Amino acid sequence: MTISDIKNILDCMVLCGEDRLGTDINTADGADMMSDVLAFASEHGVLLTGLVNSQVVRTAEMMDITCIIFVRGKTPDQSIIDLAGNCGIVIMKTREKMFSACGKLYEAGMRSGASGT
Amino acid sequence: MSAIELKYAIPGDDFTRAGEASSSIKMRLKQMGFDPCFIRRVAIAVYEGEINMVIHANGGEIVVNISPASTDITLTDDGPGIPDVELAMKAGFSTAPENVRNLGFGAGMGLPNMKKYTDEMDIQSEVGVGTTVRMKVYANAT
Repeated sequence: MTISDIKNILDCMVLCGEDRLGTDINTADGADMMSDVLAFASEHGVLLTGLVNSQVVRTAEMMDITCIIFVRGKTPDQSIIDLAGNCGIVIMKTREKMFSACGKLYEAGMRSGASGT
Repeated sequence: MSAIELKYAIPGDDFTRAGEASSSIKMRLKQMGFDPCFIRRVAIAVYEGEINMVIHANGGEIVVNISPASTDITLTDDGPGIPDVELAMKAGFSTAPENVRNLGFGAGMGLPNMKKYTDEMDIQSEVGVGTTVRMKVYANAT
């Protein structure tokens, strides 16, 4: 599944990294606690979160996460978008809530890459 | 490649800047051509430590020594210290205040995670004096 496929499934708006929508994604994880993301998420996946601050991008950077999707229509400020751009991370937002966003991706064949859970 | 040392002063009063040192270290390791899995392990361990310094110790210092075989990370702060290191190492144990949890941290996974991603880890802490965490990651470890 590509980021573009995910964009269509969740009706996302792309905020950063439009040129990388063709990137393949095999795993997704959803969390608001970055502590959990740092402990369990897999690399090269998608992170769905309702948390909006710069540490979401820093966490994704350290974890080699490819794409961040902010749920519930949350919009990060420009400094967060710029930081993601510098890190080569795609940022999108969707009106879907966390539960429904994860459910729709699961239904489309996406699975969690989380380890240890 | 000869060994190099990187030093970073971590400000304790600006959560938005937390992670800048870890990002810089990760960039240097990439430029030096290390394996991505090795870089990821170092980056996560340092980032967890950097966040801890900002949350608990009002900042501190990170020193990283990079050689072809391994990377040594030393985190030093003069914060309140850890009264019970063994307890602090338990997954889920946290003393982080509510405002820190609202920022996505303080789940009690930081120290266990640092141990998980490194090959060696040692914590020396004295209440009222500060904490020093030393970690080592071998470049050829799996």
